[in-house]
Amino acid sequence: MSQTAPVKSSDYKSEVKPVWCPGCGDYHVLLSITKAFAALQLPSEDVAVISGIGCSSRLPAYLDCYGFHGVHGRALPLGTGLKVARPDLTVLVAGGDGDGFSIGGNHFLHACRRNIDLTYVVMNNRVYGMTKGQPSPTTEPDWDSALSPGGTGLSPFHPLVIALASGANFVARAFSGDIKGTTGMLIEAIEHPGFSFVEVLSPCVTFRPDQRGWKNAVHPAPVEATDDPARAARRIMSDDGFNIGVLYRGTRSAYDLSRAEAGEVGEFDRMFEI
Amino acid sequence: MAPEITRENAVSVALTGSGGAGVMTAGGLLFDAAAKFGCYGLQTRSVGPQIRGGESAALLSFSDRPVETRSDCFDLLLALDWNNFKSFSAEIALGAGSVVVADPKAGDFPDMVREAPGTVVEIPVQEIADEISGGRANMVALGIAAAAIGLPYDVVGALIGGKLAGKGEAAIAASLACVEAGYGHGSDLPDIPKVRGTEYAPGDRWLLTGNEAAALGAVRGGVRFAAAYPITPATEILEWLAPALSKVGGKLLQAEDELASINMVIGASFGGVPSLTATSGPGLALMTESIGLATASEVPVVVIDVMRGGPSTGIPTKSEQSDLNIAIYGLHGDAPHIVAAPISLADCLFTTQWAVHLAEAMQVPTIVLSDQFIGQARMIVDRPADIAFFAQRRRAETCDAETRRYALTADGISPMPIPGTPGGQYTADGLEHSPSGTPSSRAEDHLSQLAKRRDKIEDFDYGGHWAEIEGGGDFVVVTWGSTSAAVREAASRVREHGIRVKTVAIRLLAPLNADALMAELEDATRVLVVEQTDGAQFYHYLRSRCHLPRDTLAMHHPGPLTLTPAEIEREILKEHRL
Repeated sequence: MSQTAPVKSSDYKSEVKPVWCPGCGDYHVLLSITKAFAALQLPSEDVAVISGIGCSSRLPAYLDCYGFHGVHGRALPLGTGLKVARPDLTVLVAGGDGDGFSIGGNHFLHACRRNIDLTYVVMNNRVYGMTKGQPSPTTEPDWDSALSPGGTGLSPFHPLVIALASGANFVARAFSGDIKGTTGMLIEAIEHPGFSFVEVLSPCVTFRPDQRGWKNAVHPAPVEATDDPARAARRIMSDDGFNIGVLYRGTRSAYDLSRAEAGEVGEFDRMFEI
Repeated sequence: MAPEITRENAVSVALTGSGGAGVMTAGGLLFDAAAKFGCYGLQTRSVGPQIRGGESAALLSFSDRPVETRSDCFDLLLALDWNNFKSFSAEIALGAGSVVVADPKAGDFPDMVREAPGTVVEIPVQEIADEISGGRANMVALGIAAAAIGLPYDVVGALIGGKLAGKGEAAIAASLACVEAGYGHGSDLPDIPKVRGTEYAPGDRWLLTGNEAAALGAVRGGVRFAAAYPITPATEILEWLAPALSKVGGKLLQAEDELASINMVIGASFGGVPSLTATSGPGLALMTESIGLATASEVPVVVIDVMRGGPSTGIPTKSEQSDLNIAIYGLHGDAPHIVAAPISLADCLFTTQWAVHLAEAMQVPTIVLSDQFIGQARMIVDRPADIAFFAQRRRAETCDAETRRYALTADGISPMPIPGTPGGQYTADGLEHSPSGTPSSRAEDHLSQLAKRRDKIEDFDYGGHWAEIEGGGDFVVVTWGSTSAAVREAASRVREHGIRVKTVAIRLLAPLNADALMAELEDATRVLVVEQTDGAQFYHYLRSRCHLPRDTLAMHHPGPLTLTPAEIEREILKEHRL
């Protein structure tokens, strides 16, 4: 692909066939991501998509961008190191609810807090799909499974509120089936300075067939996004979990990635000379 | 049997006291003054776990040639008080010629001191300080010690004037008065050896710690990104790198934990920037999963492990070589990687710079095993040589449809497309993959990629750097890391008895150059393996990789006590007679 020619969304797709089940919401997220890249006319060699482990974390290989499929839970530090080393790249971190909020939970807090200019997309299906159906941090407390018979009895983790409390600069909730809406939110997330967090409700039709009903449950957020994190958090905590849209646009300055002019390494010798 | 002071032209001083007594400040100033005077030397410390307060000891050795090991026996022990002295008394041996100076008000002498040979002199250090407005006992102690070892007052005075310039004239005057008063008392002490300075040209002599040397080696080697999570005794590397990297166009990022720091450096290096993190045993344990990711995805990173006593939290402030096993064997799966260890404090510079070169050249994670002893010791050395190694990664500069990130090449090293390079797009993966990087569970891909990752480091030309070999003879001592200095010193003493000894200090621990090592042992009638571990980890590692002679001996003990030249010398002499 030449660096200047206009690119189509299909140009961002690789030839690797996804491992996902037919009907998985992640196919739509993949499509929305390519549409967002095309809308922004990003040269695919200047984009890096970073992930951990899980069904949705397989996504980088399905793109014709630079990608890194790392270990479970560590996608955000991988993406953070890359963005700090290479501020010229567009870095998008993608993964699931188990990867991001359970094993990777600590990194999620600190990525929000650090506010480095990257975009984090979590495909939330409230289940560990790759290991065949265990409850994740976002699973309902009474969801029955072999690993937690009768349900975990635990309150679900609230990723959007935690992102706000931790300092994320952009917070949105999307639904995978709404390709146009998801694409729009991703475009805005990529362009917004600092750490942008997009939770995409992405049904697992295999282990959570009940989630096929999500397409009827979702609805646009009734009010415009706010730049007040407290107000945004209050709204999110009291909504039905299916409000779709940009919920918070912050104004914090992104982490400073600028560099001072490079001096001579030989200058350090003086520090040690007697 | 009390150890004897065997080294000529050497002087050793121990300053001890409670935390906050200023022992480390006084010790540091005495060391700096001796450096200015033209001495070589080594300054180590022994401290307890307390953040502030608690006991501390500044242990100083000076000579007219480089000093790499702690003294077997101290010429002067100056105690500001005896609080908690027993917690490090085992590290301060006294002999017949030793002089112990203590404040009579400091209370009863510990048994270890009372029963030791040598001379005890009481000086009312605190009273002397109290008579000077703004006076402090540690500055009086500095004067006593400086006088006792024959440092000219002018050298110490000039240093204090410079170091305390920011504290105002009153503070300088008070300190100088204390030092002068100390000189008055120190000059009357029983005779102990005096320091000898040698001439040096400006810039030709350096004073640095092993941690500083490692950090400088990293920057010289081309590292421009570091991720950091604080841990004793590695933090100084990271604190040195933070401002240094920003001065050369790089960046250091503080991570939320070691799981993050290792992944940050992998991410940065994937972006084409040579990257490093530093930690100690507990942090290395957390990093191992992701070091395996760096092996599988072929991303070069350097991890410095400044080892401390283990397992678990262990003894954070004291040295041990017991992370050898986790460094070599800690990764799951068949995960070839490099493990290298500096064989002296000054070698922290060379080995770290070399490690960056190896990591970059082979696109492989490299662990550098330093330790608390060389990491935190201060040493006066000749200016280290400028080394030519600089990170050279084989990049895929121009890419086309035929570019394969994990292409099977003759030497196993595949040109790496760096993000931003058109046409080179690929996904780095911890999943087994085909040459293009596409995830694969096929036996053929697993076999060929495993072989590629193994062969590229086994077939690499490491030159002569795998070990430093000294001397010759049929008695061979094999060692590694900071223990090497004590082994070399012991060998040089043994040679004075007319016994021929060869020392092999191994710098490249993995992959082990077994053929070269066996060649060095070819004519050996006796082999002694020396290390600072409880489990003889190094000995067992060598046994597993080489056909060592049947009666090869393991000499090993855990930290925090270092292996001293004297005990190694005794072992060599004993075994030589058998």
